[in-house]
Formats: sequence, structure tokens, C-alpha cells
Amino acid sequence: MRYMMFVCTDPEPDADTTDDAEAWVRTNDAAARRVDGDRLGPVSAATTVRVRGGELLVTDGPFAETKELIVGYDVLECADLDEAIEVARAHPMARIGRLELRPFWSP
Amino acid sequence: MTPAHDAVATAGADAHPRIVAALIRITGDWTLAEDCAQDALSAALLRWPRDGVPANPGGWLMTTARNRAVDVLRRAAVERRTLHELAALVPDHTDGPAQEGIVDDRLRLVFTCCHPALAPEARVALTLRTVCGVPTADIARVLLVTESAMTRRLTRAKTRIAQAGIPYRVPEGAALQERLPGVLAVLYVLFTTGYDTDGEPAFAEEAIRLARLLGSLLPGRAEVVALLALFLLQHSRRAARRDADGALVPLDRQDRTRWDHAAIDEALAALATVEGDGPYALQARIAARHATAADVATTDWAGIAHCYDALAALGPSPVVELNRAVAHGYAHGPDAGLALLTQLRAAGGLDEGVATTVEADLVARQGRAAEAAALFRRAAGLARTASERQALLVRADALHPDR
Repeated sequence: MRYMMFVCTDPEPDADTTDDAEAWVRTNDAAARRVDGDRLGPVSAATTVRVRGGELLVTDGPFAETKELIVGYDVLECADLDEAIEVARAHPMARIGRLELRPFWSP
Repeated sequence: MTPAHDAVATAGADAHPRIVAALIRITGDWTLAEDCAQDALSAALLRWPRDGVPANPGGWLMTTARNRAVDVLRRAAVERRTLHELAALVPDHTDGPAQEGIVDDRLRLVFTCCHPALAPEARVALTLRTVCGVPTADIARVLLVTESAMTRRLTRAKTRIAQAGIPYRVPEGAALQERLPGVLAVLYVLFTTGYDTDGEPAFAEEAIRLARLLGSLLPGRAEVVALLALFLLQHSRRAARRDADGALVPLDRQDRTRWDHAAIDEALAALATVEGDGPYALQARIAARHATAADVATTDWAGIAHCYDALAALGPSPVVELNRAVAHGYAHGPDAGLALLTQLRAAGGLDEGVATTVEADLVARQGRAAEAAALFRRAAGLARTASERQALLVRADALHPDR
């Protein structure tokens, strides 16, 4: 199954905040469990686009004001949720922030 | 009930999780599996009284459910591979630990129903429905939601299993060790739902059956054995917990000859094999001390207080802390219990109704009857169920009649 893993901040990080995301990327790329992924620019650079009644509305900032911000993403290819959870738990942002696993749409 | 109806009930209880689990493994369709298991039971209720109980009732049910699944799937024109696998499904009736390399279907089912990615209330409901075969209406009644809400909750949980990619598998190695406590926690909730004063006793029996099943499928796991022992010890008091009017009888007034001594013996033998001090082992050791005492006065309260100290150290909870105060009150005198209660109240988070009951009991044992009666009446006002309220008012009146 293919999962989108949203990498988010969290107001209450773990005491252990050692960060070696590079090692995580190397391991999961080598195992073909990571299809794609990247860090995102700051929220201050976000732009929100809507069309309402045919009219374009462009606003600055993210779509919702929250304390937990999406700061990156990885696309994972895993056998099932348990494997995806194991991949996510090894990511440093599991301790520093939080990770949301969302399966891709399958009809 | 006729012998044939009895046979359906007995074989059904044993065969239901087997059938549902095997059909889910092959078809991946939870609803189909449940419907076919149900159809097989209905067919047995029609046929067995007429034709006699078959030699292998569980095998008959499995074969009937499988044939039903083949019919449904053939009409839906599913791939041939699934039909072949279904056709090869042979009723297997070996009990006991799973053979090396062969994971029992029922274990897969339990671990999937108790997966941490499902909401806690969904885990309990799904386990009752799918593993135990309890009708949705009964689950809804006990968990205090409407039947349609429960149907939606179960449907959502099954959809989520498929959509989120929750595997139909028993975790291995370190992952099993990590996930087992979550499974045991679901069984614990099931048991307490059945054991609570206004609960459904059948759920306590389902929890005991599941604990036995886990114990036989995962032998040598101390916390599973401890949990079964705890259930058996608590459940052994069921006949003595209520008087003729259905009012709750506290432990100190229970007729101990009405306790289920066969269950107690089984629990004590099981508990003797448990080493270590996990949360269920500690609770079982407390229950065992009550179960083996002739009365309240000769109960090993010092041992019980020690177990509560250890439980509180594992992870403090208001319920454990209050019981700890009660135990210290018996072990080291009511003054010690009240001193501990004062500390706990200062720390906050207590259920005030239960805390007041504990205080009333300790004050009564200091010999201050009028004050104790007033506290029992105050606790009755805070009680959550009618039977608890009634029991507290009876205690108040016994100490100091209300004019």
C-alpha cells in the first residue's frame, strides 16, 4: 500500500530530540520503502487558493491556523499499516514532532 | 432448550471465531464472514433438532458457512483463487497451542480487532461482535448507544481496517510483546463492562473465554495467565454479590460459601505459575488474598497493601490510590488510611463519590458512627448507579438511623 506520511511539528516534543533524518532516508530508500519526500518551505511562504462563484480568491498563509504545522512529507510504499508504523517510528520527527500516515485513495 | 439447541449454542460459541477468522483470512470480507457464520448457526437450529446433532458439530458449522460463502462469492463472480482456497478450507479441530509456523486464525482475528490504530471503543465493540459473535443489539444496549449507532461504529471500524491497511496478522517478536498489552486491555474493559454493578454478566464470561483462548494460543505469557486468574477470582464472587432483591452486597457481608470455589482453585493454580509483578499479576494477587480469607478480619491486609503500593508505583491511578488507602486502613489502622486519603485528596483527581465512601468506612471504624453515617449519605448522593446508592444508604442507616 502507498502511504503519504505528513511530517508535522508538535508543541510537546520528546526529551530525546537527536535528529538524523539523513540516515532514515538512506535506509528506506535502499529498501525501496520511500518513494519520494522532501522538506517544505516556511508557512510564511504559503499561499491559499480558492474559487468561489467563479471568482479567484488568493490569500497568504496556510489554510488553517494550527500549532501543528506540516513541514515535510514522504511517500511510503509498505505492505500494510504495521510496516508503515515501523518506518514512521524510526523517523526522528516521530520524537521531535508527529507523523500522520494517510493511505492513498483507492476506490 | 432441547439438547439440539444446547448443542448449537455450545458448538456455536466454540466455532464462531474459528469460522469468522478463517473466512476473513481467505476472502478479506468481514461482513461476509459474519453473515455466513450466522447463516450456519441458523441452519443448525433448523436441522439439528430434526436430523440429530452431527458427530463433529464444529466441523458441520464450518463446512456449512464455507459453502454459503462459496455460493455468495460465485454469484459475485470473484476470482477463482479465492474460491479454490475456500474449497480447500478443511474444518480444523485441534485445540491448544498453535503448531510451529501455523498461526491460529482466531489469534489473527483478536489482534486485528484490538489494533491500536482503531479507536478504543471500536476495538471493544468489534471484538465482541466478530470474535465472540455477540449480536449488535446486545453490544449497543450494554455500551449505552442505539443499535443503529453501534452498527455504524462497527461498519466504520471494518472500513477503516481495509482503508488504513491494518493487517490481518499476529505481530511477531518484539512487536508481539508491544501489542499484547493492548489486546489484554480490551479484554479487561470487556470484563469490567460485564462485572460493573449494572453491567452485562455475559460479557464477563466472554472475557474469560477470550483470556483462556489467548492463554492456549500464546502459552507461557505471564500477563495472560495473570489476567485469566484475575478474571476467575473476581467472577467467582458473582453469586454472592447481590442479595435476593438484586442489591449490591459488599465484600465484607458476602456469604463466602457461595463463591465459586472451583474457579478460585483454578485461578490460584494458574497464579502460582506467574512470576514478576505486572499490573494484572498484582491485581490477581490482591483478589487471591480476598478469595482465600475466611473473613475480612483475617484477610492478609498487609500483603494487599503491599500489592497496592506496587500497583501505584507502576502507574498511579485514582482507583488504585483509593483502594490503597482502604488496604492501609485495614492493615495499619483507620488513622493510617485517613492520613493517606488526606494526601490523595490534596493531590486531586479522585472520584469524590468513591473517596467519600472510603472516608465514611474509615471513620466508621474509628468508632465515630454519626459522622460516618453522614458521610455515607453524602456518598449516596454522589453514587453513579441506583444499586450503589441503595447499598450506601443501607450502611448509613445501620450506623445511625436517619431519625
